[in-house]
Amino acid sequence: MSTELALGGALVAAFVIYSLFGGADFGGGVWDLLASGPRKAEQRALIAKAIGPVWEVNHVWLIIGVVILFAGFPRAFAVLSVALHVPLTLLLLGIVFRGTAFTFRTYDERGDAVQRRWGLVFSLASVLSPALLGMLVGAVVSGRIRVEGKAVVSGFFEAWLTPFSLAVGALALCLFAFLAAVYLTAETREEALREDFRRRALGAGGAVFLAAFGVLALAREGAPRVWAGLTGSPFALALHGVTAVAAVLAFALLLARRFGLARVAAAAQVAFIVSGWAVSQYPYLVVPDVTLEGVAASPATQRLLLVALGVGGVIILPSLLLLLRVFRPAPGRPRSAS
Amino acid sequence: MDLLYARAQMGLSLAFHIIFAAAGIALPLLMVLSDLKARRKKDPELALLSRKLAKGTAILFAVGAVSGTALSFELGLLWPEFMGTYGEVIGLPFALEGTAFFTEAVFLGIYLYGRERIPAGLHLFSGVMVAISGAASAFFVTLVNAFMNHPAGFTLVDGVPTEIEPVVAMFSPGWAYQVGHVLLSCYQASAFAMAGIHAFVLLRHPGSSFHRKALGVALPLACVTALLQPVVGDLSAKHVAEAQPVKLAAMEGQFETERGAGLKLGGLPDEETGTTPWAVEVPKALSILAHGDPDAEVKGLNEFPRDEWPPVAKVHLSFQVMVATGSLMTLLAAVTLWRRWRRGAWPEGRALLWGWLVCGPLGVVAMEAGWLVTEWGRQPWIVRGVMRTAEAVTPVPHLAVPFWTFTLLYLFLGVMVTLLLVWQVAGTLPGEGKPVSLEVSHVH
Repeated sequence: MSTELALGGALVAAFVIYSLFGGADFGGGVWDLLASGPRKAEQRALIAKAIGPVWEVNHVWLIIGVVILFAGFPRAFAVLSVALHVPLTLLLLGIVFRGTAFTFRTYDERGDAVQRRWGLVFSLASVLSPALLGMLVGAVVSGRIRVEGKAVVSGFFEAWLTPFSLAVGALALCLFAFLAAVYLTAETREEALREDFRRRALGAGGAVFLAAFGVLALAREGAPRVWAGLTGSPFALALHGVTAVAAVLAFALLLARRFGLARVAAAAQVAFIVSGWAVSQYPYLVVPDVTLEGVAASPATQRLLLVALGVGGVIILPSLLLLLRVFRPAPGRPRSAS
Repeated sequence: MDLLYARAQMGLSLAFHIIFAAAGIALPLLMVLSDLKARRKKDPELALLSRKLAKGTAILFAVGAVSGTALSFELGLLWPEFMGTYGEVIGLPFALEGTAFFTEAVFLGIYLYGRERIPAGLHLFSGVMVAISGAASAFFVTLVNAFMNHPAGFTLVDGVPTEIEPVVAMFSPGWAYQVGHVLLSCYQASAFAMAGIHAFVLLRHPGSSFHRKALGVALPLACVTALLQPVVGDLSAKHVAEAQPVKLAAMEGQFETERGAGLKLGGLPDEETGTTPWAVEVPKALSILAHGDPDAEVKGLNEFPRDEWPPVAKVHLSFQVMVATGSLMTLLAAVTLWRRWRRGAWPEGRALLWGWLVCGPLGVVAMEAGWLVTEWGRQPWIVRGVMRTAEAVTPVPHLAVPFWTFTLLYLFLGVMVTLLLVWQVAGTLPGEGKPVSLEVSHVH
């Protein structure tokens, strides 16, 4: 395998993992905003408990992705930074408000009203950020970002403010909310609370189906090359197949209340969808003018980056496993609700 | 105009981030040190201090993490040509910094939320890992800045870097001085700030043993760093004198090339007349400081083309501020250590407490001033000698909008963090507020 492809694979892997973990944190914020019913406070407490120790770690995957992009494919990073300056800046605002408001809510001890206000900022930012992430993806695959030489020649708004991009934004939002709800069913041993999130997961799962069909319907117009990629190649079709299987499986497992397995199926579904996006736009980094090979860094840099990622992986993976182990809900032992 | 807004936004974002990054590096060390001390002496107050420091770290690290994320994007949002051209040359330390940051976040999560869930040894180990990986991420990211000051590891062909050697670029000449200077400044700024806070409380509540012990944790680190910093700073300046003479000339307000050059203290350099009026001059001192020889030649700004001058007055003044505040801190550290040595205990007199209160913010001031020296001093280049800042800036118009947005955002966050930290400290005042919670976080 060429080093470009390996680095491209690492980039996709970073985004897949970011969706599985960071995406679920955003989804948690969505459910914080939509908390309702008699167990409103308990829902929010469970979300905070699940996110608290891990959101900063989960967030680092985005930074890893950005670093791989600008070190491995510098010109693509430059092009995207110019063409998508506005939504990227908005995304940054969302990220900053999400993280700080969550932390301030945890440590601001001035009473419930203040906590609720921070909670509102946190949850609104958690809705805005994934929608923007989706819109950015929509813009990248749309083919509307045009480059001549080194210069971006398309406008600053036309690529990402399209019905297609908005649909991808909605899909990302629903997907992350779905993922978070499924994860949360396995985070608590309280029957009623778990049912709350099971209902939410089923609802969000339905919304994912709707949004996915919306994206497909708009793709023929909004992202013709990806439409061809999505429907043309046998590999892409196979990927759709397994995505569909994972999605149906996640639904069935939720209905059967097999929450641990539902979690795995939902994660697989999201991973397949994000990989499907990557496969459908291959070999382009920015459709249609920037390709993986066209903007790859020098071979020496690529090799060293892969080595650095390998070394990083050797340090990160055991630490990450330790973190997950420490905060895994202890099986069989009911935990106090405090 | 847009270039100015881009520079202002980058400067603001970095100035803001640096404070939180420094705290994210130094507070874990102080937190682990007090944790160790608490275990050794079985002292509940030191254990409480460690928990308070952990809370402080949690708040500051979160803000540092998100403002750092903003920066990694802003590199491209504001300077796409820089990243598009040199991203591959200098991506390696960024990737390693990402790894270090990751490790720091993992172990901070374990340390903050795992206190009751894991064995004490593993908990302490996590704290140590936070401290080490925090320092490592500062190490790597400073390497990037060292490269911008002194690019290496590539050959420029028609404005395109070729024959790239990322490892050579990563360890560009002078990296050791800059990294040492920066790392020390992080510990120094944080330790002085902490000492200042506890000195403030002790002046009002002299009997508080908690704050006396806290001061005892901050003072050793503050004193050691304040004594080491002038040595490392001097080495760094000698390197700048050799490698970046135009920056040194601007720092010193030196317009004429001179043998046996005097050191100008204060003064306001005037680029039009090429003089630095109102400066107090110490004869031959600049030649000694820059080259270790009273008769050495120091290059003046006039040796260099006018369009390669940094903004002389800004660089000189920032440098004066850094050196003045640094000297004050060194003096205070020397006095404190001398009294510690004579009496066998950290001094408790009001005069010295006032000294620490006044010098508390100076570490941060010196750090920001020093960073301004290196950034303004590199202008008009973004990568010295090969790419001008004006060539790197984004073509996106109306940069005033993001600039003001981020300015207001960071102002707001700065005020909020300050308030949260003040409330944390207020919770430890004798006879005030509610009983101190021993829980690290109430999300459990």
